[in-house]
Amino acid sequence: MARSNEPILWALFSAGGMLAALFLPVIVFLLWIAGPLGWVTPPSYVTLAALAHHPLTRLFLFGLAGLTFYHWAHRFRYTLYDGLQLYHLNQLIAVLTYGLATALTLAAGLLLAFGV
Amino acid sequence: MGKALNPDYTPFHPKWYRRRIPIFWWLRKRAYVKFIARELTSPFAAYAALLLLIQVWALASGAVTYSRFMSLLARGPVILWHAFVLLCLLFHSITWLNLAPKALVLRLGKKRLPDWTVRVAHYAAWFAVSAFTAWILIGTG
Repeated sequence: MARSNEPILWALFSAGGMLAALFLPVIVFLLWIAGPLGWVTPPSYVTLAALAHHPLTRLFLFGLAGLTFYHWAHRFRYTLYDGLQLYHLNQLIAVLTYGLATALTLAAGLLLAFGV
Repeated sequence: MGKALNPDYTPFHPKWYRRRIPIFWWLRKRAYVKFIARELTSPFAAYAALLLLIQVWALASGAVTYSRFMSLLARGPVILWHAFVLLCLLFHSITWLNLAPKALVLRLGKKRLPDWTVRVAHYAAWFAVSAFTAWILIGTG
């Protein structure tokens, strides 16, 4: 019997779902809502640039972004599959979703390793 | 090899009986709508991760690019859009953490810990992570 990739994909989905659930709401609220509205003093350019440059931050952002992309890929794949009943396009959908997640993760890796 | 006389014939495979289900089957019940809504939170999570990377890229491109990026974020429609994104992400967090006891079964000796302990632990972790992230982002000056 062929070995299935499903456990690996599920692990990535699950880890990404957990990181997104724990970290994303506070980040979206502070950086893109409360900051621009003036409810909190947004971090200055210098502070944020120094934070983004720190190796631990870059490692964290790579994990958060990459795993969230794979979380999206897995969940969105099954949303299309079950929700829209696209059983005949299963393979194409899998290639597109996991492929896009992989491309975005690679781009994130390049940006965080060399661009910051 | 000639063509099969019966076009529906597949070797070693009986023809399946499948009832056709309409595309919008999930609009029939509230629970189904909630299920699909939960599944559709994932593009918003991916969007937030992507925008975070774009913000890092803007930071690395210098103060001028960064201030242009920030003034784009401060526009009314963009803030409204991000409020909607936040709602979707909160829905993801709540539904995700509520399912944690189904995925994680903790045992103390031979006794299984009740679901609510696992759920409370996850919500506490959410609170701690949010407080720590807020402190890193806006508490350190």
